[in-house]
Amino acid sequence: MALVQLTEPQEPTAQQRRFAVGIDLGTTNSLVATAAAVDNDRPEVLPTATGARMLPSAVYYQQDGACIVGAAALAKRQQEPHQVITSVKRLMGRSAEDIGSDYHYHYRAEEGMVKIITAAGDKSPVQVSADILSTLRAQALAASGEAEVAGAVITVPAYFDDAQRQATKDAARLAGLPVLRLLNEPTAAAVAYGLDNAADGLYIVYDLGGGTFDVSLLRLSASVFEVLATGGDTALGGDDYDRLIAQNVAQKVLKSLPAATLSDADWLRLTAAARVAKEALTTAATATVVAELEAGVCECEISREEFNAWTQALTVRTIACCRQVLADAEVSATEVNGVVLVGGATRMVSVRAAVADYFAQQLYDHINPDEVVALGAAAQADVLIGNHRGESWLLLDITPLSLGLETMGGLVEKVIYRNTTIPTEKHQEFTTHRDGQTAMRIHVVQGERERVADCRSLATFTLSDIPPLAAGLARIRVGFQVDADGLLSVTATEKTTGVSAGIQVKPSYGLSEEEFANMLQAAYTHAHDDLQARRLQEAVNESEELLQILDKALADADSAHLLSAAERARIAAGLARLREALTQAQLAEINAAKEHLQQVSAEFAGRRMNADIQRAIAGKKIDDIGQ
Amino acid sequence: MSIELTEVAAHHVRQYADKRKKAFVGLRLAVRPSGCSGLAYILEYAEAIQNGDLTFESNGIKIITDPKSHVHIDGTVLDYVRDGVQEGFRFNNPNVKNACGCGESFNT
Repeated sequence: MALVQLTEPQEPTAQQRRFAVGIDLGTTNSLVATAAAVDNDRPEVLPTATGARMLPSAVYYQQDGACIVGAAALAKRQQEPHQVITSVKRLMGRSAEDIGSDYHYHYRAEEGMVKIITAAGDKSPVQVSADILSTLRAQALAASGEAEVAGAVITVPAYFDDAQRQATKDAARLAGLPVLRLLNEPTAAAVAYGLDNAADGLYIVYDLGGGTFDVSLLRLSASVFEVLATGGDTALGGDDYDRLIAQNVAQKVLKSLPAATLSDADWLRLTAAARVAKEALTTAATATVVAELEAGVCECEISREEFNAWTQALTVRTIACCRQVLADAEVSATEVNGVVLVGGATRMVSVRAAVADYFAQQLYDHINPDEVVALGAAAQADVLIGNHRGESWLLLDITPLSLGLETMGGLVEKVIYRNTTIPTEKHQEFTTHRDGQTAMRIHVVQGERERVADCRSLATFTLSDIPPLAAGLARIRVGFQVDADGLLSVTATEKTTGVSAGIQVKPSYGLSEEEFANMLQAAYTHAHDDLQARRLQEAVNESEELLQILDKALADADSAHLLSAAERARIAAGLARLREALTQAQLAEINAAKEHLQQVSAEFAGRRMNADIQRAIAGKKIDDIGQ
Repeated sequence: MSIELTEVAAHHVRQYADKRKKAFVGLRLAVRPSGCSGLAYILEYAEAIQNGDLTFESNGIKIITDPKSHVHIDGTVLDYVRDGVQEGFRFNNPNVKNACGCGESFNT
């Protein structure tokens, strides 16, 4: 440990409290909150200039380069749908292949992330996010009267990978926000409920937003949250409930209307009316869908029972996701200590009933579900900026996938295992494979599979200037460091000379949630095959090494006299058998041939070693005589 | 449960405190979240004892810590050492499970 110096006391007083904010940078809406601006320590949302608590994550670019963010941008959507950028979060850290084509604005594929084509020129998703963050920053300063944001905690989905996290950090930097750290959204929600001070155990965070559904299983132990499993459906949200109500209402009323079908504009109006009715049903037993359509006035009363019957299938789908998450983590519903509800759609009575029924556990629902993530982030920001020294601890997250590097024969050596709490640092020693090898390529991969080809390549770099030594003598220490935001740096150092090389991993393309799930799934389904493949490759590596050593020894003129013709023939036959076995790639035969060769050559190896020692001793004597 | 100071450390604390010529009731030890391994030490002149603080006496110096920090540093023996070109206080803390490479932080 480093030595510590005695310092002046620095008790944070009310005047010295630094202004830190928590930001929920959402797909549809974004929020900013702080715990520093209010006296009672409870985090509060900082509203927009018009008093709204949520800022729609929509950006409109004008030809002169200026941009409009929020509700005003959304309003432009009627006239210029291609110029209004929404759901940019789905594009963060992604390449064109990663994302679907389901966007109403135009974009261009580029190396790495896509570029969005706007009236003000091409914009990267990072720039668009930065514009949203700048607006939130200005909003926070205006609402609080503070001069500067000292630090921000920004939330990201638990399944975000390195590229997506890095893109989010870059956006914050562009927006002039010092990032204290990125925090997983479910963890932020749990923090808002103070679960970090609750009893250790398992907690479910059920997040049903407007367009997406996420469910996460968190484990709390000693005030540290780990995300054990995540699941969900990126195309399931409150909007789907609205659509179902609209469809059912249309069916009921179309008979009484003059027109037989509804125009697109009518559908939008009816869906909006359905949404109002849905919200009314959270407190009333019945509600009326009222919409003035081109096809005529629609007025239709719906009851909770009807609503439940229409939308039950959607709710059942969310519960199926919960079941899957529990199954992934091999946990039963009764082991869960509590369920945190996040997202406006969890206000629906039927959804809450279904969740309460499935888990039969305490529901944490008294904090506004639209704001809970931002509030948790704000509480965390306040701790990290140092306003609560000694009161609360840093929350830890985990690595979603294992990180490792490529070794001989395309095998993966995992250095940091999946679900390791971060920040973390791990070191491992590697060596050279060939005599006189002076460079080593370090290939960093992410994934659970045993072979490099089945994992995701993150980066490569070369460590050169390794002193030329016999194979296996050079000692190369490779360090993997994952910082608090889940970003990876890798360094390699040759220990005798101290030469080192390193890389910060900013992967050029992202992983979709689906790919992430597929990678994990593949690791489970191929576990047996992978192990076989690994054993085979290891046997091949060992065999090649043995062949290399023996070839060299046999070619050595000094050892010619150590072998009889019969012995030499036996070894030659063993070599041939092993070479043949390698071409067949059968594990059992390779191992048998390798063992056989080791047996027949053991005597030879022993004699060579004796001869070496004799030479060394002989050398000494001559020296002694010389003196 | 205790926190102690070596005689050498106590001597240096007294020297520093005398030179500082301000109110000095003791030595405050604390930990805060920091660095790559999670926690870092804080060592301060204490000008007052706060509500809920724990106090210990060792080699004539009053040691003050808050209960939450105490969990992580109970049993610590604070020493004063010279290590190469630098000198300072060393926390010999039995709770430390591992420290990060740069030596700035640790976890328990």
